[in-house]
This record gives sequence, C-alpha cells and structure tokens, in this order.
Amino acid sequence: MTSLVQIRDLKVEATTDAGRRVEVIKGVSLDIAEGEVLALIGESGSGKTTIAMTIIGYARPGLRISGGEVRIDGTDMVTLPENKRAALRGAKVAYVPQSAAAAFNPAITIMDQVIEVTRIHKLMSPASARAKAIGLFKALSLPQPDSIGDRYPHEVSGGQLQRLAAAMALIGDPKVVIFDEPTTALDVTTQVEVLRAFKAVTAERCVACVYVSHDLAVVAQIADRIVVLKGGEIQESGTTREILERPQHPYTRELLAAFEPKTHARAPDGDDVGRHPLLLVEQLTAGYGPKQSGRPLVKAIEAINLSVKSGRNLGIIGESGCGKSTLARAIAGILPGYDGNITFNGRELGRNVRDRTRDQLRQIQIVFQHADTALNPAKSIEDILGRPLTFYHDMKGKARDARIDQLLDLVHLPKAVRRRLPGELSGGQKQRVNFARALAAEPMLILCDEITSALDAVVAAAVIDLLKELQRELGLSYLFISHDLSVVEAICDEIIVMYRGQKVEELTPASVNAPQHPYTQLLFSSVPKLDPTWLDTLRQGAEQVRTYC
Amino acid sequence: MTDVSAPSPSGRSAYRINLVGLVGLMVVLFWGVVAALAPHLIPHSVGEIVDTDYFGPMSRELWFGSDYLGRDMFSRIMVGARYTVGISVVALTLAGFTGIVLGMIAAVSGGWLDMILSRLLDALNSIPSKLFGLVVVAAVGSSIPVLIVTLSVIYTPGAYRFARALAVNVNTMDFMVVARIRGESIFYLIGAEILPNILGPVLADLGLRFVFIVLLLSGLSFLGLGVQPPYADWGALVRENIGGVPYGAPAVIFPSLAIASLTISVNLLIDNLPSKIRDRGAEA
Repeated sequence: MTSLVQIRDLKVEATTDAGRRVEVIKGVSLDIAEGEVLALIGESGSGKTTIAMTIIGYARPGLRISGGEVRIDGTDMVTLPENKRAALRGAKVAYVPQSAAAAFNPAITIMDQVIEVTRIHKLMSPASARAKAIGLFKALSLPQPDSIGDRYPHEVSGGQLQRLAAAMALIGDPKVVIFDEPTTALDVTTQVEVLRAFKAVTAERCVACVYVSHDLAVVAQIADRIVVLKGGEIQESGTTREILERPQHPYTRELLAAFEPKTHARAPDGDDVGRHPLLLVEQLTAGYGPKQSGRPLVKAIEAINLSVKSGRNLGIIGESGCGKSTLARAIAGILPGYDGNITFNGRELGRNVRDRTRDQLRQIQIVFQHADTALNPAKSIEDILGRPLTFYHDMKGKARDARIDQLLDLVHLPKAVRRRLPGELSGGQKQRVNFARALAAEPMLILCDEITSALDAVVAAAVIDLLKELQRELGLSYLFISHDLSVVEAICDEIIVMYRGQKVEELTPASVNAPQHPYTQLLFSSVPKLDPTWLDTLRQGAEQVRTYC
Repeated sequence: MTDVSAPSPSGRSAYRINLVGLVGLMVVLFWGVVAALAPHLIPHSVGEIVDTDYFGPMSRELWFGSDYLGRDMFSRIMVGARYTVGISVVALTLAGFTGIVLGMIAAVSGGWLDMILSRLLDALNSIPSKLFGLVVVAAVGSSIPVLIVTLSVIYTPGAYRFARALAVNVNTMDFMVVARIRGESIFYLIGAEILPNILGPVLADLGLRFVFIVLLLSGLSFLGLGVQPPYADWGALVRENIGGVPYGAPAVIFPSLAIASLTISVNLLIDNLPSKIRDRGAEA
C-alpha cells in the first residue's frame, strides 16, 4: 500500500536571539494512508503543530525546515517553490485552525469566505461552489444550511464556526485535512456535536486527517492511529487500541494515567458538623452594562447562595458564559454585586474591593486561568512574589528573599527561576508562580478560576496534586471553578452546577454520581471517555440537547 | 545588517545594537558632549568679530567660515548646540513626564477623571503648534523659560494620548486585577505594573517627539521668536545667515547640517534601540 503522505526524517530548527540553533523537530518519520485519521498527541511544545504545519509546507516565522522530506502524493513540500505550494494548499491539503473565531474575517460573510478557496484555485463556478458549500453545511449538521452562509462570523456560535471552518477546508476536496486542536476551545457539550460532524464528514469523503490534540480522550474517538510526541521526537505510534490498551512508552503511560478518574479522599460527612462556614454567600447578584434604576443591563449571576467550610473545597462547574467567573469576581469584589451578602470568617465583607480592609483582602486570594496575563511580563518572578510579602507582611531584604525561596520550594520550582521573566517559563511553571503569589499573602481561601484549563493533562494533574498537598500542609480552602468535571471531582468536596447565571444543582459527595437536573446529566455525559467507542455509543436525550445546546 | 554585541562582564545578560543604531547613538552622544562642554571647546567667543570679511569661506583659521558679521561659525554652532539640545531636552522631559503620568492615571482610574483629562488635552491638541508658539512668544516675549514651557505644553497632549492608549491595553490584563484586589495604590499601579510594560514604545515616542521639538524650536528661532541675539540656537543661526544662500556660504549650510544630523540620528537610534538578549536555554 502506498501512503498518501510520507514524512521522512523531518527536521525543523529555530534560531534563538543569541544566534544559537535549536532543533525543534528531531528527525520524525510517519506515513498517512488515504482516508486514514492520524492523531498527533503530546504536551504543549512537543512539536505536534509544527509537524502538522510542514504538511502544508509551512514553518512558522523563526522556524526553518532543515532536513528531510514531506511528500504528499509524491510531491515534496519541502523543496517545492512557494508558489507551487500555494497551488496545493486548499486543493490537495487543507487546514482547520484551533480558533475559528480568530481565523474568520469578521467583515466578510461566511459563504464568501468558505468558497474563497474555489475562487483562488478556479475549481468551479461561484454558483456551484455555493451549492457545494450548502451540501457541506448539511453534512456537518449545521442549522439552517441554506442561509447560514449569509451571516457574518459573529452571528454564529463557536461550535458552529468551528464546523464552518471545516467546511471551508473541505470545499476544495482536499486529500488531507489538518485539524489543529479544533475542539480545545469548545465546551464539552458542543465538542460532542462537533466531533460527530467531523467524523461523519471525513469518513464519508474518505479524506485523510491529521488531528492535532493534547486530549487523549478526544483523539480516541476519532483517530485510527495515534502518534505520541515529546520533545520533537516520536515516542510511540500505533493503532488507537494499541496505544490505549498496551502503552509501551513511559510518557504514554503518564498521559493515560492523567485520565484515570481520581477520587478525592473526602472526609466522612459527619466530620463537617463542627466546622463553621468560612465563606457564606447569600443571594449574590451581579451583572454588567449601564445601570438602570440601580440594576445593570445584563445580569450575569442571579441570587447565588453558597458556603465554603474551612478546610473544605467547593467546585463550581458550568460552560462558558454561565457566570462562574463572574461569581469569582463578585466574591473577590472586582465586580461588585448589587445585591446579596458575603460573609467571610463570621464578618460581613464589603461588596466592593475598596470597602474591604487590607487584612480582608489578604485572606481571599484569586488565581486566574491565564498565567500569561496574570503575571506582569515585565517583572521578574522575584519581584512578582516579593510584592505581596512586602505589601501584606512588610518583609524586606533577607527575610523576603528567604520567603521567596520557600514559596518557590512549596510549588516545586527551582530557585533558578527567581530572576527569570514570566515569558521565559513554561505554561505549567507560570501557573505555579501564579499560585505561589496567592500563597505569599497567606490567605485562608483561594479562588481558583479555571487554573488548569490552559494546561495539558499531565501538567494539570501535577498542579492538582500540588493543590491537594498545599491544602494538607497549610489548611487552605479552595473555591474551584472549572468547566472540566474530572478536575473538579478530583479536588472538591461539594460541587455546584451553574447554567445561565443560576445555580441549577448542588451535589454532595453522595449524590455526585446520580445528578438529578437534566442539564447536569447532559454535562456529565458529554465528558469524553478514553473508550474509543464512547462517541458512537453515546446517547443523549434529544430534548436535553435541544434545550441546553 | 551587521550586529554588534556587547556582552556584559557577568555574562548573564547582554545587549545588542545594530550598526545603524550605533551610528545614531554616536552622533547623539557627540552632540550631547558638545552641548555640555561647549564653553571649554570654542576657539573664539561667540560675539567676537574675527573675520574682516562676512560670509567668509572655510579656512584653517575659521573651520566653518564666518557669519554675516564676520563671527566664527564653528564656535557659534558649538554654543548653539547648548540651546538647541538643552531647551529641547528640558521641554521634552516636562512634556513626557506630565503626559505619560497623566495618561497612565487616566487609563487606570477611568470614569470621569479620564473623561475630563482626555477632553482637556484634546482641546489643547487642537491648537496648531506653531501658531500657539507664535501667540505665546508674541504675548509674553521670548525668554528661555517661556520657550521651554511653551514647547512642553504643545507636546504634552501627544505624549498623554500615546501613553493612555498603551496603558489602557495593559490595564485590562489580569495582573492589574490581581494588584487591585491586593489593595495597591494608583501610584504603585502606574509605576510598577504599567510603566515597565509600555516603556519601550513610550521611549520610542519620546525620541520622535524630541525631533519635533528641535524642529519647532528651530522654526521659532528662524522666525525670530526663539533664542535672542547675541546668543543663537541652530535655527537662529540659519535665519541670521540666510543672506549667505546666494553665495553658498558655509555659515548657512553648517547649522542646517547640525539640525539634520541630530534629528536624523535620534530617529535612527530610536528605531534601532539596543535589545537585551535573553536566551534561557543557554543560561541553564
């Protein structure tokens, strides 16, 4: 059998600021047969996207393909001149980006963008391209396939836009399509639909796919073969079943282990009797927009009640837009609620951050999702961690230095990172620094806003373990916000499910396996499982899907 | 382009500047030194008539020839550097400081303070700069403090707008939220959190603004409203020797060259500022 794509001994290198050469891809070889779905999986920085990009003959700025060959149907993309490569892109090989929202031009209608490929390559008349696009929209089970193309990108949802991006890629009948983390930015309930659509369409057209992802469970649903990458080298490759059932390489095992459902060792329920609630939120309501008779135009959260007991963790789960981050901001006082009470440690807290004392501010710390924006890129790690020490505890000089070392040690970072800037750390390291800064204040409660969402599975699991360890040592409480059920289950004693700004269900350890509310049931059933047949056998109530998706 | 690296003795961090930037830096430094040391370097006093002829040619005695009264051009340009560079730098510092601090405060506090500051400075910005200079100098008379204040008032709104636009972007970052809920004061927020993040573009903008100030000052002097005789900055030197143009006198060419060399090299420098080399792989 001759393969459609042949990559032989591919090497990609980058040149650093100081003129040093770094090999990013170190001699990778792989084959993709016609109609086969190959998944490239690995942590961030493992080179999976870089390899996928070489298939369209592209290396990101600063990178250079330094050796090897990438043949598609016999044509070597590496040596091909740029104008000939351009002729192949869209016609023979196509690309679906991670964020369709950023890839669509907001000023042009969707249809014009979808059929642009056929115009550039003069494949067919505009009328027949439109007809074909509508056929693709139907196949991708998009709503109102006849008219959706007339809309602008901001008029459709994220999941729909991702499917439209796939339509754009498929319109030129390519032989290979590269999907670069296409569902990473989507909610779990949306992800299910999008995956189904991708799977059906590519199978029907017998298109070979390269599916880049860090999520093994997603990949298990869609791929025939999996290639595991780390550090720019292939660690292991095999059929999906082989990889899932008989992983050989230690890294693959680690990846799989990160998916093992971790049950949080919960204290017996009776133990809670003596504990007083550390944080008590009653009827908290907050929103955005101009105020009309004291109430904001858009209500983001409505009448939320919750309590966090000291030394216990509360999880808040829901999809994007459900108001879970707003809730954290309202509790922290950044977005003052306009109704309701917040009681902390027995004393009432001002709703606005300005009405709180320095000590009250110190006791509640917040850790944000994106460590990239939560750490000042212009300040060294030392300065970032040192500021709360000086500010809250008036530490200077040696005492401060010693405490910084101690904090770095607490979050398992080497002392050498002290003088680095945040941009010089990896995603997981940055999140640890982000967390260490919260610890520096010596808080009683830490609000964790999606802190593992930007990390890949192995790193996220390590961060969760760290949180548990610190809780044991320092007696912290966490309010843990996430869209990822498995993460919340791993660390929380109680879980609150939110939908459209309201609390729909409160789950205790006893009831977590038998949710009552239909939305909770849908949410829980949408979490991908490692079983490759999960997607095909998944049956969700049609009524639930209609109501909540 | 050739890169010139200058590794520091510790070997931890090094700066790199390219050749164009280096040339710009050299010329700027040269004029800085000349401005600082002019009284000790000049061969003749600025008011002394040393040549019997006016608009004399370049000679061994008078390197840049003589001006319309037969004074030594070389000395007059050296001393003129003091006025041109000195007034511009002071005016720039004032304009930059007020503009940037106000801009960052407006961005961080938002609301009505931002509104008032922005509209006020927009109004100031809408007055044509040369006319504003003419009116002020005509009204209160020309002196060096008046020139400095006028120039800095003219260039404050631009610096304000620029700094505010940059600070607004930084203000939306999560680390600003973190600092706010820590309870930090506005001065910490603008000084420690925002400023380091906007410093690069702000410096580049200040460099550009310096050039505008030099040109406006030269323009005012050329119109006779700048530095008053017997002292003269470069603009004034061009004006008083304008009669030498038909004779191709060096007295009109050299001050023009001085203005051009300073403004062009400041531009070259700010477009090619030294960049720090950080290479974490090599460090470990």
